[in-house]
Amino acid sequence: MRLIFEPGFFSNAPVHTAFVIGAVSAIVSGIVGVVTVVRGQSFAGHALTDVATTGGAGASLWGISPLLGFIGAGVFGAGAMDLAGVQRARGRDLATGIVLGAATGLSALFLYLDTTRSASTGVTQQILFGSIFTLDPSMIPLVVVLSVVTLALISWIYRPLLLSSLSAELASARGVRVRGVGLLFMFALAISVGLSSIAIGSVLSTALLIGPAATSLRLTKNVRNALVLACVLGVVSTWLGVLFAYDSYYWNPSSRGLPVSFFIVAIIFLSYLVSGTPLIRRVIARRVDAGRSSARSARVTTSRAEEVV
Amino acid sequence: MSATSILNVEGVSVTFAGRRILDDVSFEVRQGEFTGLIGSNGVGKTTLLRAILGLQRLVAGEIRVNGAPLTQRGRSLGYVPQKVLLDPDVPMRAWDFVALGLDAHRYGFSRRTKEQRDLVDQMLHDVDADRFANARVGSLSGGEQQRVLIAHALISQPTLLLLDEPLANLDPRSVQEIVALLHRVASEHQVAVLLSAHEMNALLPVMDRIVYLTNGRAASGTTEEVVRSEVLSALYGHHVDVLKLHGRVLVVAEPGQEDRDIPQHETFTVT
Amino acid sequence: MFSGFMVNAWLISTVVAIIAGVVGFFVVLRGSSFQAHAIPNGAFAGAAGANLIGVNPLIGLGVFSLGAALSIGRLSRRGRSDVVTALALVMMLALGAAFISQSTQYEPQIFSLLFGEILGVSTGQLLPVVILGLVCITAVAVLYRRLLLTSIAPEIAASQGLRPERIETAFLIVIACATTMTVPVVGALLIFTLMIGPPAAARCFSNRPEVALALSVVIALVTVWASLACSFSTNWPVGFFVGAFSATWFALGMAYAAWRRSRRSPRELGART
Repeated sequence: MRLIFEPGFFSNAPVHTAFVIGAVSAIVSGIVGVVTVVRGQSFAGHALTDVATTGGAGASLWGISPLLGFIGAGVFGAGAMDLAGVQRARGRDLATGIVLGAATGLSALFLYLDTTRSASTGVTQQILFGSIFTLDPSMIPLVVVLSVVTLALISWIYRPLLLSSLSAELASARGVRVRGVGLLFMFALAISVGLSSIAIGSVLSTALLIGPAATSLRLTKNVRNALVLACVLGVVSTWLGVLFAYDSYYWNPSSRGLPVSFFIVAIIFLSYLVSGTPLIRRVIARRVDAGRSSARSARVTTSRAEEVV
Repeated sequence: MSATSILNVEGVSVTFAGRRILDDVSFEVRQGEFTGLIGSNGVGKTTLLRAILGLQRLVAGEIRVNGAPLTQRGRSLGYVPQKVLLDPDVPMRAWDFVALGLDAHRYGFSRRTKEQRDLVDQMLHDVDADRFANARVGSLSGGEQQRVLIAHALISQPTLLLLDEPLANLDPRSVQEIVALLHRVASEHQVAVLLSAHEMNALLPVMDRIVYLTNGRAASGTTEEVVRSEVLSALYGHHVDVLKLHGRVLVVAEPGQEDRDIPQHETFTVT
Repeated sequence: MFSGFMVNAWLISTVVAIIAGVVGFFVVLRGSSFQAHAIPNGAFAGAAGANLIGVNPLIGLGVFSLGAALSIGRLSRRGRSDVVTALALVMMLALGAAFISQSTQYEPQIFSLLFGEILGVSTGQLLPVVILGLVCITAVAVLYRRLLLTSIAPEIAASQGLRPERIETAFLIVIACATTMTVPVVGALLIFTLMIGPPAAARCFSNRPEVALALSVVIALVTVWASLACSFSTNWPVGFFVGAFSATWFALGMAYAAWRRSRRSPRELGART
């Protein structure tokens, strides 16, 4: 046991904070991520991380909590993207890419100014790659509230959301406000990106959003199961990442330990790769699908999910 | 014998995903001839064209161009795909695209000679594309793009021009225009033409020979020889009637027969 | 700003601009924005790794860029989804962060590798960079026409025996070379903008490939020089100016194109069938 859990792990306060915030953001990202992949909006999710970077960097510069910066910029970006109708079309790729590039350039400026002005070290690393061990525990209530709100929002619009992902015309015919539901989902996506940004950094948050979701959708055809599985995968990856990062301080006497985000991303990436091997697919798919009953609406969207993954 | 054989397809069979798409297909295209490859959608026309272009592996049979094996065909085959999807923002004019037909295979960056430039101008004139020679290729309409593609294929002076369903997405007037254009340009440049289509009526005035493809099998010859009830019935595997009405041909299946293989425009059920 | 060590910076950035303009022209033409986005992240990890083990960063940049380019090429050919490429891209970034965490210059290194640094290339690397640049340019010049046709109409190119897959591989290697030498100056997260912005603007100003290519280089040069000058006087990061100027050029290009479209009379548009 000593080998796995280095001394002081469980009594370490930053570890507790990391566990809680990590788990919460993993759960939200997992659920929102599955819906994102099913809706084929992975590109929008990725675009939002660049916007979030700018927000986090700017917030840090002006002394505001990076979390608010990530989410604020994300919500703004989500609204703008919805307005402009950003979809994965060839011509739009170029325009979006250039706008995101400019946003990234702005992030560079903010981070530079922050570093020189406040003479604080580690801002770049904190914003881009996260620093989950240095998070303020007083942030936890806000994080939990935001997560609950986001999950409540998703569960409220769940059916119309999936229906409109399948076919916008069908949904409108049934009285679903497709635009409204789509916009609300983008906001949920923005909050989710913001939460995962404080856990593993904005530049890497795509991994927490897309990784567990894509992996679980490879393992099960049932969307409800995928939602649960994505949360489990996300939380496990995050907790293991925290554990390994903590342990890594002890591996080499003179080393500084490896970043938490590196471990989390590596675990997520590896699980995605492993989920592709035929053996694993068969074993887990059978177990997961056998144990749960499925709703019809959940089934209907699986073909869409399969296309994307 | 009398005319030189430009293309010789002998006993060609192609399998794809376990299905036999082409089964012992044989035909010949002679110098200066206009041949229609007729068959409904999905029957294997594109596969056959790709095989002729050396892009599809043969399970059996042989294809010869100008009497030599495919690998030695050089630049004797010109190819016009059905459509090229282009951004309207792509910085290339119709003129530049046709010029590429001359020298895309060349290495390096040399400036084109006056003769080459005149050749491109002439080619564009031949296909009636002067009007939009300086327009971006991505902004051309379907019919306009077609002409540019034809010019591009013809400018390297091939002996055989292959076209994959050029008429499929055109309105009836454009169909007539393109068919007339192809016929004129082919005889002016002494190029044989092999053109695939799912409907033969537009081509009847200009076709010298027809290759009728269905169920992976083909019958070839002149229209009189091939478009007959006995020949087509043998090909389809069930009885079909061939009606000639006002210069148009109708292939008709008996009621109750699976008529999914018969080109749409020509299907009726006779009650 | 033109003295001593800055001479190097001007020289290198000129080469960077030319390469970015030339390679970027084809990146935009082929719609390979995603690859241009992903490959520099591999370069980032490579540079970080090389710094860690005390090897010339150019080697790390080169090896990882090449690896990233070829694997992305293979992955996209097999028709795999964007998911695995996106995850791999992020994994490379995380790996780079891990490498950097082991060195003493954590913060400054992350910053300069991601967002660029005027003096990103030292004097000792001047020659290799210029040579790499020449290799890139020569490759593009030799393959120019094949690149054009395979980018626009790969089917037709295949029918002429031009082998689009081979050209694709060759071009990926060119992108890898370009990334190797441009990332130290402009930054891994922003080189993408320099490769996309100027060509996207250039093609709005001209409908001929040679002219658009030349314009792409000119715009890239202006962008990089202006960014260098601004960065030198304000001390702000080069990448910020590159991003801002690229977006400005792009907006100018789109505005010009829109203006041209509105000027064309309806009769002129309708005359063509």
